[in-house]
Parts: sequence; C-alpha cells; structure tokens
Amino acid sequence: MNQPESSQRQEFLSGARDTFPLLLGALPFGLIYGAVAATSGLSMPAAVAMSAFVFAGASQFIAVGLVAAQTPVAIIVLTTFIVNLRHMLYSATLLPYLKNLPQKWRIPLAFWLTDETFAVTVHRFQKNDSSTCKHWYQLGSSIAMYLNWQFWCFLGLVLGNRIPDAQSWGLDVAMPVTFIGMIIPFVKTIPVAVCVLTAGAASLLTLAMPYKLGIVVSAFAGIAAGLMAQRITEAGKGAPQQ
Amino acid sequence: MTANEGWMIAGMMAVTFGIRFFLFALADRIRMAPWIEGSLKFIPPAVLTAITLPAVLLPQGDWQVSLTNPYLVSAIAATAAGILTRNLLATIAIGLAAFFGYRFFL
Repeated sequence: MNQPESSQRQEFLSGARDTFPLLLGALPFGLIYGAVAATSGLSMPAAVAMSAFVFAGASQFIAVGLVAAQTPVAIIVLTTFIVNLRHMLYSATLLPYLKNLPQKWRIPLAFWLTDETFAVTVHRFQKNDSSTCKHWYQLGSSIAMYLNWQFWCFLGLVLGNRIPDAQSWGLDVAMPVTFIGMIIPFVKTIPVAVCVLTAGAASLLTLAMPYKLGIVVSAFAGIAAGLMAQRITEAGKGAPQQ
Repeated sequence: MTANEGWMIAGMMAVTFGIRFFLFALADRIRMAPWIEGSLKFIPPAVLTAITLPAVLLPQGDWQVSLTNPYLVSAIAATAAGILTRNLLATIAIGLAAFFGYRFFL
C-alpha cells in the first residue's frame, strides 16, 4: 500500500464521480422512503437511524411497510435478512480483490456495500491495470452513495407529510431504469447474455416465493445457465476447459 | 425513538452488516475453487436482472405486459438508450424522460 497519496485521492474521486448517475437514480428513492416513513408510524429519529445504520434501500422500504402493518420486530429482521441475502453474492464477487486488505478496510467497505457501489466498483476491479489502490475507488463510491442517501431520506422525512401521495407519482421507476443502465455494461459476451435471460425468466417464475427470495434463486439459475453457456462456447472453440 | 424501534434497527443492522461482512471477515481462510471464481462474473448481471424485470412487468404487484404500462415503456427506452449510448447518465435520463413524457402526454 505504498502508493502515493495522489493516486489514492484520484481513485477516491473517480469512484465518487462514476457513481454520480446512480446518485440521481437513488434520489427519488430516498425521497419516497422518507415520505413513506413519515406516514408509517415510525418515529423521525428511528427513520433517520435506519438510513444511517442499516443503509439498505430495498429492505428499508419493506421494513417501513411492515411497521405500518404493525408487524413484530422479529419478522421485520428476518425479512431484512432474506431481502439482503443477495449482498453475500456481491461480497463473494469482490472477495478476490479485497482479501489482502486489513480488516479496518474490509469493515467499512462491507457496511457500505450496496447494489450501486457494487455495480460501479466491480468494473474498476476487473480493469487490467497496475493500480494497487482500487479499494479507494470503492471507498469514494461508497461515501458518495451514503451521503446522498442520508440527504434525500432526510429531505423526504421533512417534506413527507407535505408531499401528497408521493408513492403514486411513479418516482419508483428510477430504480428499474437505473438498474437497466447498470446491467447493460456487463452484457458483453454470449454466456452473460444467456445468464441475464435466464435470471430474468426465473425471476418471473419465482414471483410466488415469499420475501423476495426469488431474487436469490433466480440469480443462481442465471449463474448456472451462464456457466453452462460458457462451457459450450469454449468447447465449440476447442479451448481448454477450466 | 421507542425501545421497540431500537431493537428493530439494531436487528436490521446486525443482519445486513453480517451478510455483507461475513465473507470479507473470512477472506484469508477462504480458497475458492477455480470454477466458483469463474462464476463470479455472472453474479452482478444475474442479481440486477432478477430485481429489475419484475419491477418493470409487475410494477404494482400484478402483471402489466402492454404498452399502456409506463414502467415497461420506460424500460424499453432505457434499454435502447443504454445499448446505443453506452452512457449510464444518458440511459437513466432517457428512461425517466420516457416515463414522465408518456404519463404527461398520454
């Protein structure tokens, strides 16, 4: 880790900069979370604390909905666990790149690991260059996402009761649109295309599964299909199999 | 903040951080088989697609597979924009413009 400070700062800044479009995508989400939390019966400090300490958009939404429905705490925590299971797949993906970092790095990078930061950072890690401080890039992306999320959630909470029917505006369209933008750069080969199509089909076939468990199941279906497609295309080329 | 809310947030934080940190914590002890390492590259597009497609085709929890569904129109616009421009900001901007344009004018 003897890189000059300037290249650390550069990685940090480009991580934050490359996350900028995703900040816009998260904006309406934070606002709606705040607005919904404000009317769910959750206290203002609790809603702020949830954004600050849990920092996981999808499960925060679901939790607020469950609070409004007066669900027991144990069920809310269990639901959070299942909804966020996909993050374990993310940390598995980043593992080869972060395993040589000390724990003082791994802890904050784990805490801040979101869909967005993951999608941006994985491209940086996969790039073949000699930079040894790509983790600074992830840190830049993480902190940008974190501050952005806190700000918009807070604004949503403050404005909450004054925005009539925030949910019916359709601002939630920002999520699929942002995610489509994140998916496309990954689809560069036939096996990845097969993986995406399979995961998509599986996500529609597993809708009946509770707690969005279908997401994780569909991801595994997509990964398996991608691996098989890779074997077939490699065999077709006569390349040695892994 | 009530005690109940405190427990809820502590519990949610514990499970969320636990999931995110579990593999990182064990990083030195985990040795991945090559085929597992080779499968990691499929994770991001697989998970993101599995989240996105239902949100587009069942925006309010029931099927809406027609061009009267603004979420679907917006997704098609964003996909086209993404493939053509290869630019994340343009993809999001065009997807959102399609959504609100569609809702406003139709």
